Amino acid sequence: MDVLLTPDEWTAVYLSLKVAFWATFWSLPFAILTAWLLARTRFPGKGLFDGLIYLPLVLPKVVVGYILLLTLGARGFIGQYLDAWFGIKLIFSTAGATVAAAVVSFPLTVNAIRLALEAVDRGLETAARTLGASRLDVFISITLPLMLPGVLSGALLAIASALGEFGATITFVSNVEGKTRTIPLAIYSATHMPDGDAMALRLTVVSIVLAFGSLLLASLVDRRIRVLIGRT
Amino acid sequence: MIEIDIRLRRPGFTLEAAFTAPEAGVTALFGRSGAGKTTIIQAVAGVVRPDAGRIVVKGEVYFDAAARIDLSIERRRVGYVFQDSRLFPHLSVESNLRYGERRSRLSHKPIGFAAVVDLLGIGHLLGRRPHTLSGGERQRVAIGRALLSQPRLLLMDEPLAALDEARKAEILPYLERLRDGMGLPILYVSHAVDEVLRLADVVVALRDGRPLAIGPVADVMSRPEILPVIGRFDVGTLLECVVSRHDGDYALSTLTFAGGELRVPQVAMPIGSAVRARVRARDVALALARPEGVSVSNLLAARIEAVRQQEGPYADIELVVGETRLAATVTRESVDRLTLRPGLAVWAMVKSVAVESRSPDFGGPG
Repeated sequence: MDVLLTPDEWTAVYLSLKVAFWATFWSLPFAILTAWLLARTRFPGKGLFDGLIYLPLVLPKVVVGYILLLTLGARGFIGQYLDAWFGIKLIFSTAGATVAAAVVSFPLTVNAIRLALEAVDRGLETAARTLGASRLDVFISITLPLMLPGVLSGALLAIASALGEFGATITFVSNVEGKTRTIPLAIYSATHMPDGDAMALRLTVVSIVLAFGSLLLASLVDRRIRVLIGRT
Repeated sequence: MIEIDIRLRRPGFTLEAAFTAPEAGVTALFGRSGAGKTTIIQAVAGVVRPDAGRIVVKGEVYFDAAARIDLSIERRRVGYVFQDSRLFPHLSVESNLRYGERRSRLSHKPIGFAAVVDLLGIGHLLGRRPHTLSGGERQRVAIGRALLSQPRLLLMDEPLAALDEARKAEILPYLERLRDGMGLPILYVSHAVDEVLRLADVVVALRDGRPLAIGPVADVMSRPEILPVIGRFDVGTLLECVVSRHDGDYALSTLTFAGGELRVPQVAMPIGSAVRARVRARDVALALARPEGVSVSNLLAARIEAVRQQEGPYADIELVVGETRLAATVTRESVDRLTLRPGLAVWAMVKSVAVESRSPDFGGPG
């Protein structure tokens, strides 16, 4: 193992993968629900809701991190209760880094899923209902499988973007080795060390490999599923 | 009995339809596009909600605006066959067929999987994916899927419209089997005269969201008021006939109807079989005296019942042959030249007869 990277670097890589995976895992159900609300329902204030969902995409990530700090931080108006009632401390923790990655990648995931959902032929859903399926049944048996390529490519996109998260993470949960120091933060730290050039370079290569790999995987999975559901 | 009495208003379109359809056999909703045919069966399925009215199928109230009843789509138990099949692309043919069957809440399923697969001839397709099927195969699977959901009635929305003539000819016998063998009421939407004549028992002719004529197919399709739906080219008379003789030497058959006989190219049905013969009005020519030396073999002694001058070059002549009415179209110039008028005895020369089989050779066990 040590041949390629130092133990510190492996820690950062491992932490990055862990944070990206769990951030995506936990945000996926919410992303599907949000995409469904945006694509299929009408409610008052939908425009505002739509804007709010996409806000993290256009805001400076440092601002997103700072807002997280204000809300979920130790003295934040949600954070203090998380600590008092559940003993959950997000600050300086891997859980906090996961939250930051999830929030930042959320709009990308929602967008990918929403596009997939809008592409599902609603005529098929009507047909399923005439065959005796309830709305929920139709969603699970017809809509979800048909939007699966979009969900999976959205998830891979979320993982890729979570791997690259920097601004929100460092602002919200700081740069703690082994807890919040993901690959981008480790590279940033390395560039501030007198002899960190080699480390920064190695982690940069790792970043490129991971990003490229997830893109490749996304298109592979997409093609596989399209063949499977006959949408070639 | 299927009672439909609905009103529905949309920008630029008003539907006001009230009729009852029998509990067995095919009721065709016939009309041009935009007449409201599809909207009616969408309302029966619950896909479209009428503004007012009632829909009752075999005693079960699907919709009643006054009583605020609106059964959800999945609880209506209608088998809906769409023009575009709508097979689920991510499921195999067999899973498509089983989709509705699995969701049926009946403990005893009267329509069996094997019977449907056999009826529609789709046994060899079960393992395939929908996108590998031809248009005709797809539509047969869609019909099977609808049947296996154990429906109380079948709704068919122009199931043949997206298919070419060869595919239509491939599916029609299956639809006839379905009609004759399943004992399931079918509401069949179509704008094609030949389909309606071949399949329907009862016709509801629609125009601009309103029924123009309702009744048995032979009656409705012969009425002059549905001319705007059928179009002048296709207007004609439907004669209920019996095959009375075969003439093997000339490969001709003789059909007998109330009032006369028709000689037609040999039909592959035993003597005594009931067939429908369709005579287009433009294929009937008139003569004041019995014509001699003409090649037309069907000469019928007739009396003119009514003459209706139309705009343009044509006039509609209503004839009586024995007990049967027959429509003829001649030019207005001919009406004046021959002084055609009600009460006049004439000879009707029938140039062409189309036999619409009720195909007993495909008849199912029912």
